[in-house]
Amino acid sequence: MKPKRVIIYLILGIFFGIALSKGEAISWFRIQEMFRFESFHMYGFIGSAVVVGAILVQVIKRFNIKDFDGNEIIIADKQKSIWRYLLGGIMFGLGWALVGGCTAPLFILMGYGEYSMVIVFAFALVGTFVYGLTKERLPH
Amino acid sequence: MMENIIAPWPWYVTGPIVGATMAILLLFGKSLGLSSNFRIICSACGAGKKNSFFNFDWKRESWNLVFAIGCIIGGFISYKYLGGDHLAGISDATANHLQSLGITSDNHYVLPSELFNASAIFSVKGLLMLTIGGFLIGFGSRYAGGCTSGHAISGLSNLQLPSLIAVIGYFIGGLIMTWLIIPFIL
Repeated sequence: MKPKRVIIYLILGIFFGIALSKGEAISWFRIQEMFRFESFHMYGFIGSAVVVGAILVQVIKRFNIKDFDGNEIIIADKQKSIWRYLLGGIMFGLGWALVGGCTAPLFILMGYGEYSMVIVFAFALVGTFVYGLTKERLPH
Repeated sequence: MMENIIAPWPWYVTGPIVGATMAILLLFGKSLGLSSNFRIICSACGAGKKNSFFNFDWKRESWNLVFAIGCIIGGFISYKYLGGDHLAGISDATANHLQSLGITSDNHYVLPSELFNASAIFSVKGLLMLTIGGFLIGFGSRYAGGCTSGHAISGLSNLQLPSLIAVIGYFIGGLIMTWLIIPFIL
């Protein structure tokens, strides 16, 4: 990775972190509110991200825009399956609502100085490792 | 100007920034997805010797670690300088409900201190919550092949059916936790 690129990814990460913080997606309270359907806030946040994202992806595809290295932008299709997405998704959702943060907020909240998230992070690594060990025995 | 920055930002400003960040990453040949970092870190720690799932060239994916470090810094900046420690607050309905469960701390902050402060971390219940929650996030995101950023943002933006199934799964899990388990354990 070129040093210039390192700085770019770092800045994009900082932007993303600020957007999620100021968008309140990192709030345990907001996640409770979302799952209780008591405010439009999180739906507006995720929805507008997807609408803007979908428009930009369509622009990239229609105009066959290349990436900055001149390569074709290929967005790999996800594997066709139901079980892994549904079962894995349910597990993830249980964790999301319990801790109140999905993956990016985990990192962002560590930046807030929330040490509890270091524990969540460590066990997310354990969870990922155990998935690797048991993967062959799970329905995919 | 500065007052506007410190004040809470509406979702129609922050949401599009997230969507645009995903698209900018595509222009650098990368796809947004934070949970991949768990696998990358496992691999970097030598998990590839134990299990082939972690035996890949993680250095090629190291941009994602840089992005995650950016998220940590972004969190710090927003907490320290951009008013990220004082949110808009939640609806009265949710606040009243949480109060009835004993969560009375100020919802203008990101986390309830009852569940995440030092004394909670060192209580059995608090520790179980954090460890089980973390485990489910790590296991579930890899099993589902992505987390909220990878499926809900990247995947749905690309109109991928599997991502929609994953997001439905997130909601089934989230609703079970919010309506059935949290009221029971708090």
